Amino acid sequence: MTTQTLTHVANPELAARWRRATEEPAWVRWTLIGVALTFLALFLVLPLLVVLYGAFEQGLQVWWAAISEPDALAAIRLSLLVVLIVVPINLVFGVAAAWAIAKFEFRGKPILISLIDMPFAISPVVVGLIFVILFGSQGWLGPWLAAHDMRIIFAVPGIVIVIAFGTMPFIARELIPLMQQQGKEEEEASLTLGASGWKTFWYVTLPNIKWGLIYGVILCNARALGEFGAVAVVSGRIRGETNTMPLHIEVLYNEYMFTAAFAVSSLLTGLALVTIAVKSFVEWLDERNRPAIASH
Amino acid sequence: MSIEIDRVNKRFGDFVAVDNVSLTLNDGELTALLGPSGSGKTTLLRIIAGLEQPDSGRIRFHGQDTTDLHVSDRGVGFVFQHYALFKHMSVYENVAYGLTVRPRSQRPSKAEIRKKVMHLLEMVQLDWTADRLPSQLSGGQRQRIALARALAVEPKVLLLDEPFGALDAKVRAELRRWLRRLHDEIHVTSVFVTHDQEEALEVSDRVVVMNKGKVEQDGSPEQVYDNPANPFVYQFLGNVNLFHARVQDGVARIGSVSLAAPEYAGQRDSRALAYVRPHDIEVLGDRRDDALHAQIELVSVVGPTVRLELRTDNSESVVQAELTKHRFRELGLGQGSDAWIRPVNSRVFLEDGELQAG
Repeated sequence: MTTQTLTHVANPELAARWRRATEEPAWVRWTLIGVALTFLALFLVLPLLVVLYGAFEQGLQVWWAAISEPDALAAIRLSLLVVLIVVPINLVFGVAAAWAIAKFEFRGKPILISLIDMPFAISPVVVGLIFVILFGSQGWLGPWLAAHDMRIIFAVPGIVIVIAFGTMPFIARELIPLMQQQGKEEEEASLTLGASGWKTFWYVTLPNIKWGLIYGVILCNARALGEFGAVAVVSGRIRGETNTMPLHIEVLYNEYMFTAAFAVSSLLTGLALVTIAVKSFVEWLDERNRPAIASH
Repeated sequence: MSIEIDRVNKRFGDFVAVDNVSLTLNDGELTALLGPSGSGKTTLLRIIAGLEQPDSGRIRFHGQDTTDLHVSDRGVGFVFQHYALFKHMSVYENVAYGLTVRPRSQRPSKAEIRKKVMHLLEMVQLDWTADRLPSQLSGGQRQRIALARALAVEPKVLLLDEPFGALDAKVRAELRRWLRRLHDEIHVTSVFVTHDQEEALEVSDRVVVMNKGKVEQDGSPEQVYDNPANPFVYQFLGNVNLFHARVQDGVARIGSVSLAAPEYAGQRDSRALAYVRPHDIEVLGDRRDDALHAQIELVSVVGPTVRLELRTDNSESVVQAELTKHRFRELGLGQGSDAWIRPVNSRVFLEDGELQAG
C-alpha cells in the first residue's frame, strides 16, 4: 500500500489504515507484473530479437542477397499477389454476410453464423486436404479439370482458395456484431428520404462500419501473409513457383540456410509489425472518434 | 394528400400484426394510431411508409395505388422513435441529406439547399446547431432535427413512430404541443403512433384506437374519450372502475343506484358491466338512498387533486375516485371514514353471452 494514493484522506492515521477495496498489497502487484513481463520478454521480444539478429548477423549485404535471389523474390511476389486477391474477395464476402445476418431475418441464420466460424475450427492441414480431395488429380473434379487444361492443386489458384477459406471469418466476424448493434433504422431513414439502396450503403452504412471494416482487413491481411499449413498441402512447394513466403522460409531452413531463412523471416516479421502498427493506429483513431459519435 | 388503407393484412410467422384494417385518413389531418404494444400500430405505419410490405390489401395516396412503390419513391417523411440521425454527419448534412442524394438532374443547387436547410433549422429553432454532430444534442433537439430532415424532402405525408417515446416527461409535453403548432402551420397529412393516450388526445385531430391488429374505434379525441365503442377502448383511455350491474329497459342498476342507459331501451333483464371513470364518481359524506356505502381505504393527494381508494360493501375490488382538493376538504373525510359514492356518468356494456334484444 502506497501513501501517495491516499493523500486526499484528511486524517493521516486513518490514511495509514485505509485501503481501497480493489487494491492488492505491493508484493502481489509486483509479482503479477513481473510474471507478465518475463513471459512477454521470453515469448515475444526474445524471438523477435533472434529473428533480427539471425537476419543481420552477417551484414546487410548478405541479408539483401538472401531476399533478392530469384526464388525469394518469387515467394514475396506470390505472397503479395495472394493477399491482393484474397483480401478483396473476403472484403466483399464479409460485408455481404454481415449485412445479411444483421439486417435481415431468414431461416438458417444460426447455421450461416456457425459456418462462417468453421475455418477457425478446422485444422489448416485438413483444409488443405479437403481441397486436394476436391480438385487434386485423383480428386472428384480432377479429371474434369485435367480435361479442360486447368490446374488448381500445385498451382496459384489452389493457394488462393485455401488462404481465402482460412481467412474468411475475419472481416465478417468483425462486422456482424457491429452491424447488429447499429440496427437498420439509419438505413431506413435514408431510404425514406429518397436515397437509392446503393447511395444508402455508400453514405450511411459504410461510414458507420468503416473502422470495423479496416480492422478486419488488417487482420485478414496479416493472416493471409502468414498462412502455412493449408498452403503447404496444396502448393506442392515448387520453388520459384508455388512457394509463398512462409513456405520459402521452411525450405531454406530445411536446407540449413539459416541466414537466408532468417532474412526472409525478418521481412515477414517486418510486414507483421507494420500490420500491428497500422492496427494500433486505426484503433487509436477509432477511439479518438468515438466520444463524438458515441451513445445516445 | 389523403391516405387510404384498404383491407390490409400482415403476419409475422404465426403472429397477426395487422388484421384486415381499412381506414381513410383525410388530407391535412393529424391522426394518432393509439394502442398497446403489439397492437399492430407501428406495423401499419411502416406499411403506409413502404418499409414493410403488406401480405394483402392496398395502400393509396390520394387515390393513387402506392402499394408496390418502393419506399424511396413514395415521398413520405418518416420520424423514428430513436431519431435515426446519421451519426457521422453534422446536423446540417443530416437535414440536407434528402436533397443531396437526389439524382443530379433533380438536385437543387448548393445555394438553394443551404437556404432550405437553414429555413427548416430555424423553423425547429435549432439553426445554431448546424455544425454540430447529433451526439452533441439532447434527445428533444435530436427529434426536432429528425423532423426537419423528414420535412426537407417536402413529403406528401408525414409519419411519426412513437416520436416522443424516448424523451422524458417534460420535454415530451413541450414537444407535443410544438408538433401540434407545427402541424397547424404546414398542414401536411400526418400519422403518428403512440401508446400514450394523453398524447393522442392532446395532439391529434383524430384518434384510431388499435388492439390485436384491429381498429377498435376511430373518431375525434372527444368522441373516443367520451363515447368509447367498447370495454377495451374504455379501459385503455385512462383509469376506470368496473361495477357489476343489471340492465333492464334502459336502466342500469348497481345495487341501489340507478343509472340511465338509454341505448338499452327495451332490453330484457341482463347482466352487464358499468364502466365509470374515477372523476365521474361523486363522493358524499352523508347517507343517501341512491348512493353506495363505502369505506375510504387510502387518500393520496396529487397536486390539486385527491385520489381516493374506497371499498364498497359487496365489492372485492377497490373503487377509485378522484375529486378536487377543495371539494375533499369540504367533505371533511379522512382515511377510514365512511362515505357514499354515486356514479354520475357511466357506460354500460352487456356481459358476454347476454343477447341484446330489441
